[in-house]
Amino acid sequence: MVETPSLRRAIWQSLRRELLLSYRHKGDLANPLIFFLMVVVFTPLGISEEPAMLARIAPGMLWVIALLATLLSLDGLFRSDFDDGSLEQMVLSPQPLACLVLTKVFAHWLLTGVPLTLLAPVLGVMLQLPADGYGVLVMTLLIGTGSLSLIGAIGAALTVGLRKGGLLLSLIIMPFYVPVLIFGSGAVKNAIGGFPVNAELAILCAMLLGWSVLAPFAIAGALKISVRA
Amino acid sequence: MPSLEFRQFTCLRDGHPLFNPLNFSLHSGEVVQIAGPNGAGKTTFLRSLCGLFDEWTGEMLWQGQSLRVPDFSMCSELLYLGHQPGVKKSLTAQENLHWFFGVQGVSFPGSVSSALAHVGLEGYEETPCHQMSAGQLRRVALARLYITKATIWILDEPFTAIDRFGVQNLETLIQRHASNGGLVILTTHQPLALPNVRMVELARPTEVALDG
Repeated sequence: MVETPSLRRAIWQSLRRELLLSYRHKGDLANPLIFFLMVVVFTPLGISEEPAMLARIAPGMLWVIALLATLLSLDGLFRSDFDDGSLEQMVLSPQPLACLVLTKVFAHWLLTGVPLTLLAPVLGVMLQLPADGYGVLVMTLLIGTGSLSLIGAIGAALTVGLRKGGLLLSLIIMPFYVPVLIFGSGAVKNAIGGFPVNAELAILCAMLLGWSVLAPFAIAGALKISVRA
Repeated sequence: MPSLEFRQFTCLRDGHPLFNPLNFSLHSGEVVQIAGPNGAGKTTFLRSLCGLFDEWTGEMLWQGQSLRVPDFSMCSELLYLGHQPGVKKSLTAQENLHWFFGVQGVSFPGSVSSALAHVGLEGYEETPCHQMSAGQLRRVALARLYITKATIWILDEPFTAIDRFGVQNLETLIQRHASNGGLVILTTHQPLALPNVRMVELARPTEVALDG
């Protein structure tokens, strides 16, 4: 008799595999971080080294670069699984594909969003970010990168079957990234100006919750279309 | 006991049938070879019965129930080995095997070493798969067959890149699985040295629009 499959085991094994894979490909892990670091280092050189000027653009700069760094890491999210047939095995699993992909996106956030969030305050110092901004910057990035990973995974799933999906991926997800960026950098600016930030944080949390409910189904659906094409 | 039935089943490519509609039923204990020339739709047929291709017409019945896409009970009994075996090159043989069963949500039955020994890969548990040859990679995927409890095996060209001795082993395994009540559906261009293999020929559709 075949034993009853357990979802918890499937999720744990998927997460374990994602972490193992990224441990074996440390370069992919460092890529978005190096991009983040590079742009922030170049900004004062290219724009102005004047502290007041840098302090004004810092919240927006940090958020935009973090967003682009996330985007950079998305193209390969499902690519290798698609190429080597692992994706077919995931689709064929008796477990709900939405749960398996949510695990994958969670691992992506853990390995991209969280390191970017941790690096951001250090780079904030280089951009003369005022002291009041740091706490909110870390908070908004931690919540916001979750939404960015979820939204990006939908685009990655839709374009995984295409050879050159990179540009299309950016076009598909850019409009959905706009609100996250607006509320994220808005909250940091408000914190620096001494205004309350509860509303922005609440909206970022709401977006994260909404996307975590809806995105897994969209990703699973898109992956099934890509596999069956 | 698995049973599959096909009624007027054919896969479509650009709206045209790939092969003449199939009417047959499969029961446990059978080994079925899907035959036909290159491009006849063998892979497409196997993929559609796994739910990896959905442009088909007709009916597929699993345990007497009509299905479009395999449901939970069918998925739990299904093992599909396609052209791309799903082996990650940066993981070791052991890690790959653990994931195959993990993603299904079943605990790992038996031992990795004995399964790998069966496919001639003893001592390769900790070897990253990128250090292996094409045949060895294939064997890592085939090791699943020695461990799995799934009853329906769908094998697309399982003998690709496998040496003669490996082919013999695999044939013995397939034979044993069928005699234990399993069902094996496979495609291959090699002559099978198995008794009682049922052939299902995919013939070109009769009403092809020659001027279309």
